[in-house]
Amino acid sequence: MKTTYNIGISDWKIGVAGDVLVTYALGSCVGICMYDKIHKIGGLSHIMLPDSNSIADISGLNRMKFADTAIPDMYQKLVQQGASNMTCKIAGGALMFATSSDKFNIGERNVVAVRAALSKLRVPIIASDTGLNFGRTVFFYPENGVVEVKSTTQGTKQL
Amino acid sequence: MLKRYEDLNEIQLDVLKEIGNIGSGNASTALSSMIGKEILIKMPEVKTLAFQEAIESNGAPDDIVGAILVNLKGDISGMILMLTEKNFADVILSAFFGESDVDLLTLNDNQKSALSEIGNIMSSAYINAIATLSNLSIALEPPMFTADMLGAVMSVPITLFGEVGDKLLCINKTIQIDDHEYKSNMLLIPTVESLSVLFSRLGVS
Repeated sequence: MKTTYNIGISDWKIGVAGDVLVTYALGSCVGICMYDKIHKIGGLSHIMLPDSNSIADISGLNRMKFADTAIPDMYQKLVQQGASNMTCKIAGGALMFATSSDKFNIGERNVVAVRAALSKLRVPIIASDTGLNFGRTVFFYPENGVVEVKSTTQGTKQL
Repeated sequence: MLKRYEDLNEIQLDVLKEIGNIGSGNASTALSSMIGKEILIKMPEVKTLAFQEAIESNGAPDDIVGAILVNLKGDISGMILMLTEKNFADVILSAFFGESDVDLLTLNDNQKSALSEIGNIMSSAYINAIATLSNLSIALEPPMFTADMLGAVMSVPITLFGEVGDKLLCINKTIQIDDHEYKSNMLLIPTVESLSVLFSRLGVS
C-alpha cells in the first residue's frame, strides 16, 4: 500500500518502497533522508536545533527536535526494521533573513550538527543541498532513494 | 518564573490579548495614515500553539508570503514577524507606486523597501504602545525582508524561541481594509524571559 507520510517540524518517520516521505518548507531546519538501498527502507527526519545539551531541563525533552538525538533515534529504528549499510542525503539549513547577527545563523549550526551526528554513526552523506537563503520542500522516495528538493526560486532539484 | 509558553495561565493570556489589542490598534492607525485607507482590525488572537499548528494557523506551509522581521531588544526581547499575502502587498504598494499587481517572489528593491518600511512603522507603533503601557524600554532593530514559503519563514521564530518548550506564543491579528479582509498577520513573539518581565511590571503574577 502506497502511503504519503507528512513529516512536521521536530518529527521523523520511516517508509518503505512505494511510500513517499514529505516535509514542507524547511527554513533553517534540516531534512535528513537516511536510506538502505538493498532493503528499500528509509527515514526522513526534520530537525530544528543542533544540540539537546543546551537544554538544562531535560524532563520531557522532545528528542525529535535536535540533530544529536533525532538522528541516532531514527537510525536505531531503521536498524531494528532490518536496515544496514545506510547512506544519507540532507537539505535545508538556510539563513532566511539576510543578517550578520550570529544568533540567526541556526541553519548553518544545524547543518554542522547533522554532519557530526551522521559521521558518528558512520552514515555517509552522498548528496546535499544546504545553506543559502531560501526555503525547501523535500520529497523522499524509499523505492529508489531519490530525493527531490523544491524551492520557490530555484525550481526542483534532484539529489 | 515562567519557563515555557505552554505554562501561561488564562489571566496572563488575557493580559497578552489586551496588549495585542492596544499594540495592533496603534499599528493600524499608523498604517491607515500612511496609505490613506480606513482600516479595521479584528480582536487579536492569543494562542500558544504547537510549532506545526503555529504555521498552519497562518496558511499552508508552502504558501508564498512576504515577511518582515523586526527584532526587539532592551527590557523585552523577541520579534515581530509581519506576514503579508500578495493582495495585501498590492494594497500597500499601490499607495506608494500606483496600481500594483506584484509577484512576491520577484519584487524589486523599491517594493521590498516600501514593505519593510511599512513593517517597521507598524512594529514601532505596536511596540510603543506596549512600552508606554508597561513603562519598559524596548528598542527595534532595522527590519529584514524576505518572500518565501510560510513554513520556512516561520522556522525563524520557531527555532529561536522554541528551544525549551514545544509551543510558540503568537499574538495574531487580521486586518480589514475597505471591507476586504486581508490575511496580513503581525505576530508578536516575545521570549519567555521577557514575558516574566512584562507581567511583573504590569502586576500580573
